[in-house]
Amino acid sequence: MSEFRGVDFFELDDLLSDEERAIRDAVREFVDRELIDNLTIEKHHRAGTFPKHLVPLLGELDCLGVTLPEKYGGGGMNNVTYGLINQELERGDSGLRSFVSVQSSLCMYPIFTFGSEEQKQRYLPGMAKGEIIGCFGLSEPDHGSDPGGMETRAVKDGEGWVINGTKRWITNGSIADIAIVWAQTPDGIRGFIVPTDSPGFSAPLIPGKFSLRASVTSELIMEDVKLGPEALLPETMGLKSPLMCLSSARYGIVWGVIGSMMAVFDEALRYTQQRPQFGKPLAGFQMVQEKLVWMHTEMTKAQLVALRMGRMKDEGKLKHYHVSFGKRNNCWAAREIAKLGRELLGANGVCDEYQVMRHLMNLESVYTYEGTHDIHTLAIGQHLTGHSAFRG
Amino acid sequence: MRVFVCVKPVPDTAARIKVGGDGKTIDPSGVKFILGPYDARSVAKAIECKGDGELVVVSAGAGKGENDANKRLKDALALGADRGIYIPDDAPENRDPLAVAKALAAAISNEGGHDLILCGRQAMDDQALSVGPMLATLLDVPCVTDAVGLEVADGKAVVQRAAEGRVETIEVTLPAVITGQRDLADEKYPKLKDILKAKKKPVATFEFAWPAPAYEVVSLSPPPEPVAGKIVGEGPDAVPELLKLLQDEAKALAL
Repeated sequence: MSEFRGVDFFELDDLLSDEERAIRDAVREFVDRELIDNLTIEKHHRAGTFPKHLVPLLGELDCLGVTLPEKYGGGGMNNVTYGLINQELERGDSGLRSFVSVQSSLCMYPIFTFGSEEQKQRYLPGMAKGEIIGCFGLSEPDHGSDPGGMETRAVKDGEGWVINGTKRWITNGSIADIAIVWAQTPDGIRGFIVPTDSPGFSAPLIPGKFSLRASVTSELIMEDVKLGPEALLPETMGLKSPLMCLSSARYGIVWGVIGSMMAVFDEALRYTQQRPQFGKPLAGFQMVQEKLVWMHTEMTKAQLVALRMGRMKDEGKLKHYHVSFGKRNNCWAAREIAKLGRELLGANGVCDEYQVMRHLMNLESVYTYEGTHDIHTLAIGQHLTGHSAFRG
Repeated sequence: MRVFVCVKPVPDTAARIKVGGDGKTIDPSGVKFILGPYDARSVAKAIECKGDGELVVVSAGAGKGENDANKRLKDALALGADRGIYIPDDAPENRDPLAVAKALAAAISNEGGHDLILCGRQAMDDQALSVGPMLATLLDVPCVTDAVGLEVADGKAVVQRAAEGRVETIEVTLPAVITGQRDLADEKYPKLKDILKAKKKPVATFEFAWPAPAYEVVSLSPPPEPVAGKIVGEGPDAVPELLKLLQDEAKALAL
């Protein structure tokens, strides 16, 4: 059993149901057992590999597609529970949480939301078990924050389609069985389920990452990939469809980074309480306390934001600008907290014997992906002022 | 076949225990309670044993707070038990093992039939190792303690139990009480959907008239501080002295 107890300054546990708490604790224990205690994450982070052996275990635990109906293998759970699961996974590593975000929010969610009954039956139960791995292809080498400018094209080919284009920064790309690919068509942007063993499809790894080292990040290259008519997600229509997926995934990130904050804070607090300098523990110095209090304050505020967002999402009231608020605030706080945590651990903070630097490096990606901090600033700015500061 | 498993909330094995203000009980505030690890393995084994029958989990204890017994019944239900029986106890801290055994025996007898009753060998917190054998006596059934293996067939149980330096295989007629060792079953972890399903499984309340306490914990103190270490020398020359001390003083080696 872990000594890790989480942080709950305002007794938010009282606002969770018994089941929400029990599910969180079960995932917390899973992460301790399978990722942290046996040094799995350190080994994979150092080697730059994804702990793929955990995928079927995540399926068995019911961590994949948790908000989808049980009819399709989902968990039938609420969004607060999904958030808590993300939180616990990211306490282990942002890479593991990223896998689950992509599988659940970016692949299972669009198949469930935009897919035909046949597509749902064919893919979702296997994806919930972790037998079919998905990836999500929206970003391109030249189109990140501006996905509407995408160059990937799908053209009609008899009954089916032919896709050409390149996607980049694709989590799970090289290990995926299917890719949800977004492409320009004569009817605007549509989504396709592309089997990754299709001729003309390749997914090389992007080498040399300093961040999310325990996660697979790839390019998707599609050269005259021929697809049958059954590949099209029939209900997709325009850029709004992939943005709905991103909104769902971003909501998970709002919670996920709280796990990262908790891991960093827990480590920094223990370390400064235990390490003496000048004859007393570091935690007894004013400048150390100021950092710890700042970290704790921002983390606690982030928790309040996430829980309120979760309840609003369950009530169908959560808007995209709320999600932008949460993603922007919580990822920023997590990144700042990780920097301070690294400082508090001194020289030890740069070694992978401790977690702080791994979280800090991971958060550079989390701060950037799924809408950068700045793009979310402008999304909220547009909501407040009625003026778009990013569209030309 | 109707199988009962008796379970108890205990502090997380990683929790740091503090003595409460009364000097007689532990302070449960801020302590995470879990399903007793031996109990959890007994539940896992009972799922194998019950066949087409029923698995009932029973717990006596507090009805609220960190050590709420109902929450641990839910844990057992999430692991696969079919229903629960909760015996309210507003003073579980000072309850002696015989009183607990009497309460469990009354609750189980009230069900009108039992084929097999499993208990963890001990509660991880007070480690009395008493309730299982006492329960067997009260129910007037045989008892096998410290089981590391168990198979049930034809009204009998074949039990492996870990004795000193050997494993005994015992055949016992059912009904019987069997207390489980760590190796009785692999630790099982709940699936998240089963945690949700546990919410819908029935838990009945069995009221028990607790007898006046037969004994009382008069004081509780933390274990003694570990004695400071000793450096016996450096390099290979120190090994003979180290071995001698480990053998004679620390009794950590039997050479």
